[in-house]
Amino acid sequence: MIIGSRPTKFQVAIDNDQCMLCERCIENCSYGVFRRDNEKILINSRNCVACHRCISQCPRDAIIIKERPCDYRSHPVWTAQVKENIFKQAESGKILLGGMGNAAPYPIIFDQLVLDACQITNPSIDPLREPMELRTYIGKKPKKLEFVKNATGDMDLVTEIAPNLKVETPIMIGHMSYGAISLNAQLSLARAVSEVGTFMGTGEGGLHKALHPYQNNMIVQIASGRFGVDVNYLERGAAIEIKIGQGAKPGIGGHLPGEKVCTDVSCTRMIPEGSDAISPAPHHDIYSIEDLKQLVLSLKEATEWNKPVFVKVAAVHNVAAIAAGIARSGADAVVIDGFRGGTGAAPTIFRDHVGIPIETAVAAVDAKLRKQGIRNEVSIIASGGIRQSADVAKVICLGADAVYIGTAALVAMGCRVCGTCYRGLCTWGIATQRPDLVARLNPDEASQNVKNLIDAWTLELAEFMGAAGINSIESLRGNRDRLRGYMLDQSMLDVLDVKTIGA
Amino acid sequence: MCGIIGVIDKQREFMDGSALRDSLSIMNERGSGEGAGYAAYGVYPDYSELYAIHVFYDNLVEPKTQVEDLLETWGMIEHDEEIPTWEQNGIRKIHIPWRYFFRPKTRLMQRSRTPDDEIVKYIVMEVNKSIKGALVFSSGKNLGVFKASGWPEEVANFYRIENYEGYLWLAHNRYPTNTPGWWGGAHPFNLLNWSVVHNGEITSYGTNRRYIESFGYDCSMYTDTEVVAYLMDLLIRRHELTQELAVRALAPPFWEEIERMPEKEQKLTKALRLTYGSAMMNGPFAIAVASPDSMVGFSDRIKLRPLVIGEHDNRLYISSEEAAIRTIDSSITNIYMPRAGDPIVGRTIA
Repeated sequence: MIIGSRPTKFQVAIDNDQCMLCERCIENCSYGVFRRDNEKILINSRNCVACHRCISQCPRDAIIIKERPCDYRSHPVWTAQVKENIFKQAESGKILLGGMGNAAPYPIIFDQLVLDACQITNPSIDPLREPMELRTYIGKKPKKLEFVKNATGDMDLVTEIAPNLKVETPIMIGHMSYGAISLNAQLSLARAVSEVGTFMGTGEGGLHKALHPYQNNMIVQIASGRFGVDVNYLERGAAIEIKIGQGAKPGIGGHLPGEKVCTDVSCTRMIPEGSDAISPAPHHDIYSIEDLKQLVLSLKEATEWNKPVFVKVAAVHNVAAIAAGIARSGADAVVIDGFRGGTGAAPTIFRDHVGIPIETAVAAVDAKLRKQGIRNEVSIIASGGIRQSADVAKVICLGADAVYIGTAALVAMGCRVCGTCYRGLCTWGIATQRPDLVARLNPDEASQNVKNLIDAWTLELAEFMGAAGINSIESLRGNRDRLRGYMLDQSMLDVLDVKTIGA
Repeated sequence: MCGIIGVIDKQREFMDGSALRDSLSIMNERGSGEGAGYAAYGVYPDYSELYAIHVFYDNLVEPKTQVEDLLETWGMIEHDEEIPTWEQNGIRKIHIPWRYFFRPKTRLMQRSRTPDDEIVKYIVMEVNKSIKGALVFSSGKNLGVFKASGWPEEVANFYRIENYEGYLWLAHNRYPTNTPGWWGGAHPFNLLNWSVVHNGEITSYGTNRRYIESFGYDCSMYTDTEVVAYLMDLLIRRHELTQELAVRALAPPFWEEIERMPEKEQKLTKALRLTYGSAMMNGPFAIAVASPDSMVGFSDRIKLRPLVIGEHDNRLYISSEEAAIRTIDSSITNIYMPRAGDPIVGRTIA
């Protein structure tokens, strides 16, 4: 009791002149902010997480939420956040958890890069009139092609190209497992990607049978817990991804609390109902790059060399050399997850302080692979903090083949990035397994929203390319000449291999 | 803008450069008097087995010593001389063009399948990157590039282009935007036996440069065209693609077209696009590329720059303008415009 109450994070108010006592706010708030007392709605602001579900459902716009209504004494070092974390840890003695991605106020490099457009010396291309190719093939490409001359004097191709994923737009959806998100959320994403002609990841949660109709657009994940993995699972996926690490919590494992392991989750993950699902920090059969190679090749062997195998790592300081090792392991693509990557739950201290941004990681990886002459060995998939089509264009210019989006797809389904996923009470029916909450997410509508988002970004990407006088995504990839750094320092420009504005 | 003209005689009959000068001048509308050049194949029959290395020197002291040291390290200079020039009103000799006839020491580059070429490529890259005041602008056998900053006729008269006889010519009238007035920026660009003239701007240059640099080429000319010469060298000499396949890699059909192809061709074209995606060129361009036994012309995939082909007896012409072809050959009847991206190839048969 020494520390006592702290100021509420949010203050909720209801305009009683507007309120018609319909109680929708009470029904919709799973955090217990609202209750009815006779002719009035009573409010417990302390429970509010600012998920905005009540606001979205209020027919009278009667609800108002304010952030930090009560200030602490301002201080540049001992900020409110710092003090509150100390209060919480002084009370609990535990690691603090948070959902979603890095919330520390680092500068965003994407916002200090600008794209190019043509004027006079070359014409911009109108995507409405001219073909614009965004199709991307993800997977291994040979360094060179071998031909033999046949009897008629024509050249016959000898080289066999390894299986590649054909992606109609370079925007894919990253791995969010059943367990972390609801089945309705996964279904919505799966329908969207199969309609668009792109792919999504299953996460480390197995593949629920309701998703089988969409399996041709799903990448199945193998992570350190091996949940839900059998040969049937591998064979259903269009590709297989080995997850070594993730941007939100590089170097540490995962933990799905037993409360979230309902019958359905238990069946899909192949673990006992109600048991904690703990993914260890490392894979206990991968202690070295040689071990990784064995797993890559075993997975290929198990699926008769028909599926590309991806390897996902968190963007850490030495990511370029790590990616070069992965490229030599037989893997077909390397997924790099930047430090802004989201998650259902991570220690906030990790989320905010470990790893590097995706922009620098992609630039370093692409440069290293080219320097070693192995860029064709793997595709590069960038993820972690891709918020808009401009970010997609910029990261492709830096060298990525395609991106994974995660949070953006959830936001398209209603998520307000309240960062409370780990509590399992998601009012939007996304990061929860509570049946009444899950039922709020209608896959017919949500899938359309996600598809709309990808379609809209794809259109914008085509416009960026057309403006730059480029009609095929291959010519954008690694085209750092079409980027300029805006107020970035020289060392950052050197890492990105980008010139400054005006140069 | 820029204007290009190329001609190949399939029987290797010689033409002197005067017709090219007249043809190029007819396209002065497309230039700005700040760059023109000629590449001629077959001009050094007495030294046909040696690499003819053309260098621009800013002076004949430090850079020349350094270049000659490098050449002597890697082989033998069998003959060298200043390239004869005659100053014109518009052109003063701000660089001194020099030529070397060079025999590489093959044994010094054992790891390559084409060691002599590899030595010369290395020397070109090294000089252009590291030796201040020297620029190699031509390095093939029995061929020479002659270029400078000026109008086409001035550049031709500066070198007395009519004194050179070749069976294959490329010429270029420049409207520069990047490096006006710089002699190194004039076309044709040459590496070993490849010469390139180009009208347009390659919007994929950044991608192409990163790709080609990972194979040991250095882009040092501050302009996009040089990358075409290096790509041709990589795809055809080192990766052993045919010219048609190389062009298909650089300006591939759209996926939609590929999907309509018969299975075998589809598979091949898809493999080309996947493997050489970073070599693919985007943006508006019309390009003519020459090698000792062929000339290829092609444009970008949506033909944002003009390309006209003429054929008459043993001669194939590639140009930006029909008028330029007719200036050389007034009786020609077969003139047409190829489809976007389609390569037009002329080969010597003698």
